[in-house]
Order: sequence, then C-alpha cells, then structure tokens
Amino acid sequence: MIALYLLLLIPLLAMPVLALVGHKPWAGRFNNWVNAATFAISVILALIVLRAGTLISDDHWWLVDSFSVYLIALTALVGLTTGIFSGPYMEHEREIGRLTHRRLRLYYAMYQGFMLAMYLILVTNNMGILWVAMEGATLATVLLVSLYRTPESVEAAWKYFILCGVGIAQALFGTILLYFAASQILGTGDEALEWTTLYVHASEFDPTVMKIAFVFLLVGYGTKVGLVPLHSWLPDAHSEGPTPMSAILSGLLLNDALYAIVRSKMIVTQAVPGPLPGYLMMGFGLLSFLVAVFFLHRQRNIKRLFSYSSIEHMGTMTFAFGIGTPLATFAALMHMTVHSLTKSAIFVTVGHASQIAGTQRMDKIRGLIATQPQVGWGLLVGTLAIAGFPPFGVFVSEFLVLVATMESYPWLALPLLLGLAIAFGGLFRHLHPIVFGRKPEGQKPVQANMMPVFAHLALVLLLGLAIPGVLADWFDHAAQLISGGMPQ
Amino acid sequence: METLTSLYGQAVLLLAALVLFTSFVMLAQSRVTALVNLFALQGILLAATTALVAIVQNSPHLIISATLTLGLKGVLIPLLLHWLILRMGLHRTIDEVKRPLQLLLGAASLVVFSYYVTLPVVELSELETRNIIAASAATLLLGMLLMISHRQAISHVVGFMAMENALFFSAVVSTYGMPLVVELGVAFDVMVAAVIFGVFFFQIRESIDSLDVDRLSRLTEIEDNE
Repeated sequence: MIALYLLLLIPLLAMPVLALVGHKPWAGRFNNWVNAATFAISVILALIVLRAGTLISDDHWWLVDSFSVYLIALTALVGLTTGIFSGPYMEHEREIGRLTHRRLRLYYAMYQGFMLAMYLILVTNNMGILWVAMEGATLATVLLVSLYRTPESVEAAWKYFILCGVGIAQALFGTILLYFAASQILGTGDEALEWTTLYVHASEFDPTVMKIAFVFLLVGYGTKVGLVPLHSWLPDAHSEGPTPMSAILSGLLLNDALYAIVRSKMIVTQAVPGPLPGYLMMGFGLLSFLVAVFFLHRQRNIKRLFSYSSIEHMGTMTFAFGIGTPLATFAALMHMTVHSLTKSAIFVTVGHASQIAGTQRMDKIRGLIATQPQVGWGLLVGTLAIAGFPPFGVFVSEFLVLVATMESYPWLALPLLLGLAIAFGGLFRHLHPIVFGRKPEGQKPVQANMMPVFAHLALVLLLGLAIPGVLADWFDHAAQLISGGMPQ
Repeated sequence: METLTSLYGQAVLLLAALVLFTSFVMLAQSRVTALVNLFALQGILLAATTALVAIVQNSPHLIISATLTLGLKGVLIPLLLHWLILRMGLHRTIDEVKRPLQLLLGAASLVVFSYYVTLPVVELSELETRNIIAASAATLLLGMLLMISHRQAISHVVGFMAMENALFFSAVVSTYGMPLVVELGVAFDVMVAAVIFGVFFFQIRESIDSLDVDRLSRLTEIEDNE
C-alpha cells in the first residue's frame, strides 16, 4: 500500500520542484532520477500483486489488479526511458534557440504532471476520478504540444484541446449515466462509482441505461485512443509537439484511454445481454485500423507517418478487446505492451533523425545509415518490428489476434491480413530511401543516446522469441480477469 | 405536502427551461460580450437550480457544489473571459452566425431527439427531477452545436463550458449530484482548462493575428505542412 502512495507522491512532489529548477542543466538528470524511483516502486508493486493478488485499499479508493499493475510497470518503464532521451534532446533544442528557460521549466513540470495523471488513471478505483485524471492528462500535455509556439503547433494544440475536451465530456456524461444506473440499486454515494462494487453488482443494472452509458464512454474515451472518426487531433498533436511528448503520448496516453474503455466494458457486458458492447468495439477498431493503413501511404511528415501507425495499432487492440475471448484479450494485452515499447523507441529515433536532417519532411531526410549508423539502424529495426516482422513481439501478438479472429469471426481475418500487408507497404515505401538513400551534403551526426531505443527493441525481440513464464502467467491472469473467466 | 412538492417540481422545471432557453439564445448570439454574459446567466441559473434541489432534499454536499458553480461558472470564468476580451480588444467583434433560422430549427430538433434518447432513463428514475434529464442532454448537444456554428475562439470556449454546465446539470437532476470528491475534481479540471484557454488566446493571436479559428487551417492531409 505504501508503494502505491509513493507512486503518486513522487511525481506530485517532483512537479513543483521541476517547475522551479527545470531550466538548470541538471534538470534532465533530476527528472531521470524521479522516473527511476517511480519505476523501482512500480516493480515492487508488481511483485506485491504477483504474490498477494489484487490489492484494494481499505477505504476502497485504490485498486491494483493484474490488469492495471502491468500497465503501471509499462508506464513507468516508458516514462523512464523517454526521460533519459529527453534530457539531451531538449538541451539541443535549447541550444538552437527553439526553447527558452521558462518553456523548459514548463516542459519538465508537465512531464511529471502527465506521469502523475497516468498513474492516477491506473490505480484509482473510482470511475469519476478516472475521468478527472484522464482530463488532467489532456490539460498537462496540451501546452506541451504548443511548446515551440509555431503557428502549426498552436493550431495542433488547439485542435487537441477542443477535440479531446469535447470528446471527454461525452465520457463524463457516460460516467454520470453509469452512476445513475448504479444508484438505482446501490443508492447514491461513493460506492456507486467504485469499480469493484460496480463489477459485483453490474448484472442488476438496467440494461438500456447501461447501453447508452457505454456508447458515451466508448465515444468519449475513444477520442483519446484515437479511434476513427475521432482521430484527427492525433497526427497533428504528435507531429507538432516535441518528440519526447510524441513518444509518451503514443506509448502511454493511448493505452490508458483504452484501459478506461476496457474497464467500462468489463462492467457493461454483465449488464447488457448480447454481444453489443463487443461489436461496437470491434467495429470502431476495425474501421480505425483500415482507415489508418491507407493514410500511411499519403504521409509526408515522418512523425505523422508513425502517428497513423499508432492509430492502426490502437485499432487492432480495440478490435481484439472487442472480440473478448481469453485468447483475443491475451493478444491485445501483449500487443499493448509491444506497441508501447516499439513505438516510443521509434519516436525517440525519429527525433534524432529529424535533428540530423533539420526537418521532419520525409523527402528531405536521406541516408541516415551513412550519416549516423546507430540512428539509421535503430529506425530500420524499429520499423521492421512495428510492421510485424518475425521474430519481433509485434508479430506474435498480431498473429495471436489473427488466430483469435479466425476462431470467432473467420471472415474478419481477411480485412485484417489485407490491412497488415497495406500497412507494411505504406511504412516501407517511405522508410527505404530515408535509411538507405544518398546522404545529402553537409549532413552531420548529432549527439544521440540510443541506449533506450535498443533496450526497448531488445525487450520486444525477447517477447517475440520467448515470453518469460512470469509474464505469460501474468497476461493470462489479466486476460481471464478481463474476459470474465474468473470471479473478482 | 402535496402542494409543496408540486411547487418544488414546478420551480425546478421552470429553472431547467430557463437554462435550456439561455442555450438557445447563446446559439443565435453574435456578439462575444453578450455571449459571455449569457454564459454567466446560465451558470447562475444552474447554481440556483442546484441550491433549490439541495434545500428541498436537504443534502449539504449539493450546497457546496452550488456555491462552487456560482463562484466558478457564474462569476470567475465570465470575469476571466471579459478580461481577455478587453485585453485583446475584441469587444466589438461580431461572430456572425450563418443561417440562423436553420440553426435554431436544428437546435429544436436536437431537443426532441434528446427527449427520445433519454426516455428509458426517465422511466427508471424515481426522482422528482427526472423530467429534466432530457433538458440537460439537450443543453449538452446545444453546447456542441454552438461550437460547430461559431468561428471565434471565445465562442468555442463558451460552448465548451456550456457543455460542462450541461453535464453538471444532468448529474444534479438525475442523481442529485456526483460524489463530492468527483465533483471537486471536475471543478478543478474546469478551472485549469479555463486558465489554459486564456493562455491559448494569446498564443493563437500571436501566431495568426486573430482569434478566428477558421484561419487555423495549416495542418491538413492534402498539402504538405511546410
């Protein structure tokens, strides 16, 4: 329990400190130590849950089960490695005059603010607080998207704020309806919003109200997942913000929004007879997947390219969670992990690549392997991994999604396979000249720390070759929990 | 007792109708200063409704949320918006509404639609205030319509905040408010959002020299971005 409080306290305390000292040269290192501390705590928390099972605080405010604890560990890990990358990256941006001291302070303070919101989403037991934290994550990141103050970045941030704000308002309406349905049975009060209580009593709730509530929750949180047709903020925010921001938005925020949808679904499926919630998720997921793979072909900006790839993968996960069998859920959980790791690694590499070329336009980035082999190979291997090449982890999870689809809805495997092939083409037609092309005159390597990238990719490779027994048990446990195979 | 309950019911219904009515007036309003005043009025009406429900139902935590609403949405945020309008010299700005007739007819049909959608909820509830759930859902949709139909950034903020109003309203009338901790959290978020909106106005004006969001159109899929 102490570990849980520390997990929230450390970023909370680090936020004001970094707001004051964020411009100092050692702020990046301080940020790393904070992230390292939270990561260590998250590992301890994971071990506790692994040994003792679901952790619920006495006042029912906090809940850590096998589903959330693995996401906590993942969040802390990606937060740590992205932090390690962001130190020198932001220093470089400051040197070339794109950032002032005040903006650096804002950046570091909001980095921790964002991490705090992420942890709060994952440990709270209250659906209302979940919403508050989700909105908090938007508020923390929105000023970071416009950090460079270019017209494009201000526009992207405005779009992000308005679209996500309106979207998430729908989710609040869904939460109110949920509370309404629950209060008919449980009476008004905190427990009618507590996930653990809702989960036990869900089958008694009125199905029609729950159905409406789920539609609102799915649309609301789906906006933050980046589901088509609510996705249009995502490529803009990812491409115009600073690169570490893109890495944690793609690697963490999208996951946590999907986590909120899955938590809601776990309640709603018990109340609503029939497969409607699953079908809704499958529909949205498949649509996002298919639209995103086509958009991959049209991109000119390298960060937009990979944001569309994020939409594609979030679509796949939503689809798999929608199928809802234990196998599909297992696949979705694993996909969540490998996608986060790979995508944040890719964004880190892309950040270095665009610093080398001085632009994000793909037709101007050429010959990376010739200029700086580490970055070039990192990008190539990362893209191979995200495109689902064996033996990387993404291949395994996508394969499992396909198998699960074949079992339940064989015909849907066809668009999935086709989409994967189209996505593969979309990524590589752009990537090939970027890494192998002729190096332009005067292109020089930059100071880059590729350690986090290779660590992530090695983890993804390991997950693809052989999932460690502990982790497999863990996914299995979480999958059983989500697909309803196991009582709470 | 009977007359008292019906009197209470009627008073709440009247206030709810007024909240919905302000939404309509806001929709057709083209002066940004008047828009902000209407928004303040809506916040005060909302606080009055909450206070009325709180007194009749004798629930102290609703008193807190009523005070919070009055302070935040009735006074603080409108003042902030007025200050911004003055600072930016926008008080003469006209945010012209294209096709006001069609817009208001569309709004009216949205109200009918909300009644249709919330039918099952209304049937289930035993609360005195249940008839108002449809009105609150309609206010939510009208807030969205306001954002769609207006072009000035200030109007968008007002629309956004009107949606928050509607959500709060629906929580009050369907379940006598959310648990206090959630309400405090939501209020905190709204406050931070208002401040960030203020920061944004300066950023937007700095970058496009106006607050017309139609001119924020650099990022598209078709052209390249630089």
